[in-house]
Amino acid sequence: MEPLIVFDHVCKFYQMGEETVRAADEISFTIGKGEFVAIVGRSGSGKSTCMNIIGCLDVPTSGKYLLQGRDVGQMDKNELAETRNHLLGFIFQQYNLLPKLSVMENVEVPLMYAGVPKAERRRRAEEVLEKVGLADKKRHRPNQLSGGQQQRVSIARALAGDPAVILADEPTGALDSRTSRDVLAMLQQLHREGRTVVLITHDNSIAITAPRIIRLEDGKVVYDGPARGKGALVTHEEVAV
Amino acid sequence: MKLSESFAMAVRSILSSKMRTFLTMLGIIIGIASVMVIVGLGNGMQNYMEEMFQSMGTNTLTVSLFGRGSNRSAGEEEMYEIVAENSQYLSQVSPTVSIQGAVKIGAETSDYTSVTGVSEDYFHMMGYTVSQGRGLQYIDVEKRLNVCVVGEYVNHTYYDGNAVGQLIRIGSQQYAIVGVMTQESDTLEERTTDDSVFLPYSSAAARLEGGEPTSYLVTLTDERYAAQGKAAVEDALYDIYGSDSAYYVMSMTEILDLMTDMLNVMITILAAIAAISLVVGGIGIMNIMLVSVTERTREIGIRKALGAKERTILLQFVIEAATTSAIGGVIGIAVGYGLSSLATMLVVALLETSMAVTPSADSIAMAFGVSAAIGVLFGYLPAKKAAQLNPIDALRYE
Repeated sequence: MEPLIVFDHVCKFYQMGEETVRAADEISFTIGKGEFVAIVGRSGSGKSTCMNIIGCLDVPTSGKYLLQGRDVGQMDKNELAETRNHLLGFIFQQYNLLPKLSVMENVEVPLMYAGVPKAERRRRAEEVLEKVGLADKKRHRPNQLSGGQQQRVSIARALAGDPAVILADEPTGALDSRTSRDVLAMLQQLHREGRTVVLITHDNSIAITAPRIIRLEDGKVVYDGPARGKGALVTHEEVAV
Repeated sequence: MKLSESFAMAVRSILSSKMRTFLTMLGIIIGIASVMVIVGLGNGMQNYMEEMFQSMGTNTLTVSLFGRGSNRSAGEEEMYEIVAENSQYLSQVSPTVSIQGAVKIGAETSDYTSVTGVSEDYFHMMGYTVSQGRGLQYIDVEKRLNVCVVGEYVNHTYYDGNAVGQLIRIGSQQYAIVGVMTQESDTLEERTTDDSVFLPYSSAAARLEGGEPTSYLVTLTDERYAAQGKAAVEDALYDIYGSDSAYYVMSMTEILDLMTDMLNVMITILAAIAAISLVVGGIGIMNIMLVSVTERTREIGIRKALGAKERTILLQFVIEAATTSAIGGVIGIAVGYGLSSLATMLVVALLETSMAVTPSADSIAMAFGVSAAIGVLFGYLPAKKAAQLNPIDALRYE
């Protein structure tokens, strides 16, 4: 399997007054092309830091992060922006749609920044909206849609640029359980189609959607293996409860 | 991303909060409109002055001789000689002798009628023509004949339009009217050129103490030679008098230039004061843009996460500021036009002059350019702030 995301002793330290917070402490893992991986951990475990680094929104303090063989730590701001644009599709907890743009225009935004001509943008936006079943809502504003529909728009937006990695940060955090299942089913479908999906969540019942789980605690990897494996879903604290 | 798309995005964003945008623009609108009205007022005043001077003749010099501090003096012959010697600059000369004294027509007295002694060339020099009878002739001057040409006001008011052949009394002397001058002003009124009497200067001068004219009108071959012509006359008179306090040569063009310069300085100062409001308007734009950047922190974070570069965000906000400002500029130009026409109407109604407040095309183009430039200038700082936002912080911003 071709490695797509390589974390090699990635560290991220923050200075909080006198104290140094080790948000990511020597994290190493490899995610191959076409994998569906869930990164799980409680708040403060370092999963958000992980997600920011994978998403090229942040760079490691030390260690190496290779995305498609390129060292992200060496990129300048423009290259990071280009990488986000070309290789990453973000799905956020709060959907993060632009409220003043229509559904269609929202989906077009990453394509616009990629310099895709207008007609081609239209065509691709319509295609992905069709895929998430919202082709009939393309002229609506985001606030005219339900939460589930909005999240589907953001999935369409993530797919529009045909990225190498779909990065979903708590995609069901704001949804009820039924629509959550729809969204997760959609991620599984993307995986079956051969896409690389990275799901970041604190919720074990969500995480088991993915075949492979990486569990973080205090900035360290404590489990990396199949979802069914011992220690994938339970933490010491939870056992104690 | 294309510039046209950035522009379309800016327009949408501006239109999404119309009230705020309008209030932001207000400073620019007021600034541009007031600069336009002031510059327009200046143009109008200048045009009005030029017209006035044109009617008085901008191609003329007025020569006054005092003869103080000297035992030599210049008379008509010397003046004619000076003009003949400088024929490349000077074309004609006529003495102008003003007579004080009541003008009586029968039992009636005309108080304001001006009486001037001139040569036979004077009408031609001033561009006057004769509508009835004849003009003054060389023989009238040579023989000191007691004849005169009257203006249309005198003809119309005192002679019912049949002045030729009648008599007019100036002081103690009777003059025969030989001609009537064609009407000069739009309406017949007292104290205008039409309310005047022209005599041969020789017979007019005979009534003066010295018996010699002391004032001359000289025409130039061309308006452009005002300075050279003036210098030539002054040099020649200096040779005669040996002193420069014995004469004074006045050039209408020179005076017009001087007044235009003064007016321009005044207008520039006023426009500069009005332009301060443009700066205030610019600061208003900067202020609102800063608020807008804070309000849209999350939007900026989303756009950055989706691949917008710093330059793209910078451009988006600068274009937004420049577009707001430029639209304000266009509205300001329209308001400026409206106020200019209003000012024209007011000036005409209150001052009874036909002065038009005319904003020049240059000032409009400049106003537009300045307003757009202010947008770019004052939009840059907030845009820079937006562009440099950290995407993680921006995404987390509530």
